[in-house]
Amino acid sequence: MDPAWFLLKAHVQPITNMVKKFKDNEKKILLAHGSGGKLTHQLIKSFVKKFRNLPLAKLDDSAVLKFKGKLAFTTDSYVVDPIYFPGGDIGKLAVNGTVNDLAMVGARPLYLSAAAIIEEGFSLVELERIIDSMNRAARAAGVKIVTGDTKVVEKGGADKIFINTSGIGLIDSGVDISSKNARIGDRIILSGTIGDHGIAILSAREKFDFQTKVKSDSQPLNGIVWEILKVSKKVHALRDPTRGGLATSLNEIAEQSGVGIEIEQEKIPVEEEVKGVCEMLGFDPLYIANEGKLVAFVPQKDCAKILNVMRKNRYGKDAQIIGTVVSRHKGRVVVKTNVGGERVLDMLTGEQLPRIC
Amino acid sequence: MCLAIPAKILKIEDNLALVDMAGVKRQADIRMVSNARVGEYVLIHAGFAIEKIGEKEAEETLQLLREII
Amino acid sequence: MKFVDEFRDRAIAERIVKKIERFDSLKVNLMEVCGTHTMVIFKQGLKGMLPKNVNLLSGPGCPVCVTSQEDIDKTIELAKDENVIIATFGDMVRVPGTNSSLEKERGNGADVRIIYSPSEALRIARENPARRVVFLAIGFETTSPLIAASLLDVQKEKIDNFYIFSSHKLIPPAMEALLESKEVRIDGFICPGHVSVTIGSNAYKFIAQKYNVPCVIGGFEPLDVLQSIYMLLKQIKEKRTEVEIEYFRAVHPEGNRIAQELIDEVFEVSDVMWRGLGTIPKSGLRLKRKFSDFDAEKEFRPKTKKSKENPDCACGEVLRGVKKPTQCKLYRKICTPEEPYGPCMVSSEGTCAAYYKYG
Repeated sequence: MDPAWFLLKAHVQPITNMVKKFKDNEKKILLAHGSGGKLTHQLIKSFVKKFRNLPLAKLDDSAVLKFKGKLAFTTDSYVVDPIYFPGGDIGKLAVNGTVNDLAMVGARPLYLSAAAIIEEGFSLVELERIIDSMNRAARAAGVKIVTGDTKVVEKGGADKIFINTSGIGLIDSGVDISSKNARIGDRIILSGTIGDHGIAILSAREKFDFQTKVKSDSQPLNGIVWEILKVSKKVHALRDPTRGGLATSLNEIAEQSGVGIEIEQEKIPVEEEVKGVCEMLGFDPLYIANEGKLVAFVPQKDCAKILNVMRKNRYGKDAQIIGTVVSRHKGRVVVKTNVGGERVLDMLTGEQLPRIC
Repeated sequence: MCLAIPAKILKIEDNLALVDMAGVKRQADIRMVSNARVGEYVLIHAGFAIEKIGEKEAEETLQLLREII
Repeated sequence: MKFVDEFRDRAIAERIVKKIERFDSLKVNLMEVCGTHTMVIFKQGLKGMLPKNVNLLSGPGCPVCVTSQEDIDKTIELAKDENVIIATFGDMVRVPGTNSSLEKERGNGADVRIIYSPSEALRIARENPARRVVFLAIGFETTSPLIAASLLDVQKEKIDNFYIFSSHKLIPPAMEALLESKEVRIDGFICPGHVSVTIGSNAYKFIAQKYNVPCVIGGFEPLDVLQSIYMLLKQIKEKRTEVEIEYFRAVHPEGNRIAQELIDEVFEVSDVMWRGLGTIPKSGLRLKRKFSDFDAEKEFRPKTKKSKENPDCACGEVLRGVKKPTQCKLYRKICTPEEPYGPCMVSSEGTCAAYYKYG
């Protein structure tokens, strides 16, 4: 064989790849992708190929998993608009969100399901980009996506793509974390700055003419929780303050544990730009969503060592003790303001609307 | 009723300025503060600069606030 | 943030509170006219820092709250027009009209867009030449100059699908109406800082002179508010009735001339209806005749059936400082920020919302 043929082939290969990519670019999700026929299989395969793992590769109707011990099980749906935003995308969010929900009861996240509802006409290239992003997030968090589903709906029946993920994790013996378990005297630790995700989404929506460098904080928290549990299993409550922000999470814990909470405004870290947008639109960062922060209720005795390991973790380097659990005003959260006043911090009521007057 | 926040002028082109509010950048109409210069601070209300903020006056205010009597 | 963080210092706040405490022989009602002051007072927990002899009353300075029911109903009618895009500042969306709200109409398919700046409303008009954009122009003297400026731009650019629904109001006439009604004793006014940027301190002279009520124009950081209270107490103690400016880093006696000229070019003073206060002579702004082509009311003639306020809603009394929200039958029981019955519960600076959230 003419050795030059190899050379030629080597050269040709990338070009054909490019052509193929170019064609893919125009490929859109069709209703037929959801028909159960060949196109559906192709679509499912594109997921299976990326998420490569044993239970999934079997392509049975269910993934079969072995467990021993206490299980945590959670589910959440992701409909974020826009689907790409500074610091992440819907895929990363869908994996981290469920990983974090598992971590908040002290579970080690193991397996996830992923189901997508896709609008007819959605680009296949974009879909691939989102699958890649889910894959990267799953690897980073050390979880496997072992089962999944896709459905295609008519144009207008969904907004581009919606993703649901469910997750299963194992809880070690001796760990009992619940929003009912906060106790009087507990110290409250926040793992970092608040409001980044909500403001990044708002900026990406382009409804308002302003530019920021704020990025979503979408990140997995199972690692930091693992570090915390290694030094103390006596963590009473954990929450990741997503929708409704820190204020809402604290209120939930105060109510469910039947305790009072006091926090210090000046201890709560907020990025300067997040502060700027909030001042501009009349928002309160305490009500803005986060996707990679946690608030921990821990006994005073273990507080120092927990804070120490948190600050050593890349996702907790700005961790701060922000307050205490008290016996006064049960079920309510009180903030000590910057100037030394006090106010009640309620849950988020309705949607925060920008106000100028 | 009327939220307005301090911003620093970065650039001026006719009636429009690029302003910085704690790192957030946006365009602001500065026709109401005709003598504003780059580097100065203005109050932004709904995308318009409504007045300059006097640095000297702000310092004086802080002095007054700190007064004991 | 420069000019923000310095004015939120705890040690200085404590020092000013000490100064305020020295006037313990004075039992006073001070009114903060402006809703943004109300917000700061609640959000920073200033009421709890003040001695009991200083009572703060919230005034009518929340534009959403004082917009009449009829005006609200008209904006809802405008939103029902399929060819209309409503551009509005956030709070207006949730105010309940007699039968509906802009938010509910949005649910029914109306195109209602929340904007931060009038320049965004202009952009919407440019991008949608086949549709008609109605900008809900509410607000006081801080906001009206920039609406005027935007309208001049519209005229210059020859944009022909932009209209405004003008519900602008003026603050000093409302303060006078409150004093005339003599329903509550007001011993001093904390005057709105940003309205005063436009109109200047001279605009309140008649209040100090004719009604003998001290005025202090305050800034919006917590230290500004505390200092304004201190300055009012000092005036009262020394039996002075003057208009003083605490916020002199931005407010000047004569105000902002350019802003005043913009208002004069586009608007003329008119009698308008305020929720809770009734019709106040020369307290509103309507478009001058030469701008009537941009007047949404003239163009669309929104018809409203009998506009009706909920008879149990005490927003009116709350706006006049006669009642506290807690004295309203509906407050917290059926009127909540999720399901507001009156505008004072909707607007984030409405007194009822502030009581509810931070009370």
